[in-house]
Amino acid sequence: MKILICISNVPDTTTKIKFTNNNTTFDVAGVQWIINPWDELALTRAIELKETNAGTIENITVIHVGLNTSDPTIRKALAIGADKAIRINAEAKDSYFVAAQIAEFVKKEPFDVILCGIESSDYNGFSVGGMLSELLDYPSVSALSSLEIANAEIKLKRGIDGGHEVISIVTPFVGIVQKGIAKEARIPNMRGIMMAKAKPLQVVEPVLIDNFTEFVSFEYPKPKATCKKIDPENVKELINLLHNEAKVI
Amino acid sequence: MSILVFAENWDGKFKKQTFELVSYANSLAKLLNSSVVALSIGKVEDDELKKLGNYGATKILNVSDNRLNTLDNKAFTITIAQAAIKENANIIIFPHNITGKAIASRISVRLKAGLVTGVNGLPTSTDPFTIVKKSFTSKAFANIVIKTPVKIITLFQNAFGIIESPASPVIEAFAPEINDSDIKTIVKEVNKVTGKILLTDAEIVVSGGRGMKGPENWGAIEELAKLLNGATACSRPVSDEGWRSHEEHVGQTGKIIAPNIYFACGISGAIQHLGGVSSSKYIVAINKDPEAPIFEVADYGIVGDVQKILPEIINAVKELKS
Ligand SMILES: Cc1cc2nc3c(=O)[nH]c(=O)nc-3n(C[C@H](O)[C@H](O)[C@H](O)COP(=O)(O)OP(=O)(O)OC[C@H]3O[C@@H](n4cnc5c(N)ncnc54)[C@H](O)[C@@H]3O)c2cc1C
Ligand SMILES: Nc1ncnc2c1ncn2[C@@H]1O[C@H](COP(=O)(O)O)[C@@H](O)[C@H]1O
Repeated sequence: MKILICISNVPDTTTKIKFTNNNTTFDVAGVQWIINPWDELALTRAIELKETNAGTIENITVIHVGLNTSDPTIRKALAIGADKAIRINAEAKDSYFVAAQIAEFVKKEPFDVILCGIESSDYNGFSVGGMLSELLDYPSVSALSSLEIANAEIKLKRGIDGGHEVISIVTPFVGIVQKGIAKEARIPNMRGIMMAKAKPLQVVEPVLIDNFTEFVSFEYPKPKATCKKIDPENVKELINLLHNEAKVI
Repeated sequence: MSILVFAENWDGKFKKQTFELVSYANSLAKLLNSSVVALSIGKVEDDELKKLGNYGATKILNVSDNRLNTLDNKAFTITIAQAAIKENANIIIFPHNITGKAIASRISVRLKAGLVTGVNGLPTSTDPFTIVKKSFTSKAFANIVIKTPVKIITLFQNAFGIIESPASPVIEAFAPEINDSDIKTIVKEVNKVTGKILLTDAEIVVSGGRGMKGPENWGAIEELAKLLNGATACSRPVSDEGWRSHEEHVGQTGKIIAPNIYFACGISGAIQHLGGVSSSKYIVAINKDPEAPIFEVADYGIVGDVQKILPEIINAVKELKS
């Protein structure tokens, strides 16, 4: 069984977001880049599965659509334990563009299990996994919080409103993961970092794809009015304000 | 031309969010001189279906196919895409929740229709079709143009509101053409709470963080939530510790919510936490540390010990209600 994990390169979660060029471009100056948190969890889960199902899972590949500025993030995925990496050499324009590039690659080199994160924490598309599955005509299961593979049988748990469902599925499929898929993301150790240098990072040229959408500009959220402090000796005042001023109770 | 709304139900009843979606579609229809068609999948009684007319739906397509009683992303995609073609829909609207996002992305490819997820208002221009969405995990908004003739959006919950606009809708049975082989997901087990307000649907959310000290102190959080007809939530460390279930975790890696009031009790207000709650209309913070970052985003704050303050809030609410 071959597993493919789509990884997105995003600003560290604590980054202060700034824009330049009249608020049309995200300012990358000084930004620390990380593997999108869900993608890192998906990768961790794939490695755990490979460790416990050595016979079944033969290879874990990560794929990324982006320029060579993403290479450190891709190397980190290799250091954590992916066997191989693919980078499609194009700037990601929108979710459809990314999904279509990955789909073209997978059509030539098939995988049994393809994992994506539920969203990337920069542009919050929530889309690549679903789009990819439709482009490949694979089934997709979203909001996975558990993925078990035993004797080539696959058991998934997916989130639904107010709970979860247990699902069985056959390969190939696209799994769109949320938190819970792995407990905590793995941190690369020294040996992993050394080994990553020798692992293949294949660069593939993109195909021509028209994007469906265009990001035209960005805005900052309106600054919040300052917090009204309520005297802890007069808690009633809070409820009074919520009732009479905010009118939400 | 029409605007198609995916009218999702929960155990045969429409969610509040569905009525919001129809209201939104109706306002959009007025802008574009179009009309609203709602599509319901699953077992929903006619009386319930008719409710969609209260918010402006003039036609309701009712799909009752037993193969669609549980969610299969592909089968739902086929169904909705067929309905969109039949109704000549140029805009399709989904809720910005797990199901909505999972299907909207597939339909986007099937119909070659540009998709924008998590929008929180009407388009700022209809030509070019420009719409605002949250990005960078609520740290910014992006203005996006959809370039394709058919457009798909997912609407953030509680972003638009529910607006009554009575219409007398026609209800029409709709039978999609699906092959059994299209359905690949087999649901083995369903595990969900019923009879409780969904966290993502709740108007009031009472949430606890590490400052609550332990699961044994959650009684007051639950009591306040119940009193206000709301739901309970928690910060990530709380669910990681197993004090509360993972379903309650809000934030960047958990659920993203937008209630009218968010009570943050013993929550420091880490940036990743705020990513999930910053769209709340009002944030009330209770924290013993006056420097806690949560006060920077809160509308109302009390500096004090939650164990002491929460029971007093409960009493004040009881007084107000009586
Ligand atoms: C990639 C990533 C993703 C993350 N995603 C999320 C996420 O989705 N959601 C999330 O919540 N976190 C997330 N986190 C974790 C986040 O950074 C914080 O660690 C977390 O939100 C802190 O939770 P807390 O506020 O409950 O606890 P703490 O930060 O420990 O805060 C406890 C607060 O309680 C107050 N307090 C203590 N005792 C009392 C008392 N008796 N009365 C009143 N106040 C009291 C303290 O003053 C303090 O402010 C993420 C982190 C990373 C790195
Ligand atoms: N540039 C990219 N390269 C590879 N995979 C990506 C890229 N962008 C997004 N993805 C994948 O798609 C998921 C959802 O991203 P999005 O739809 O953009 O929010 C991410 O968690 C990744 O798994």
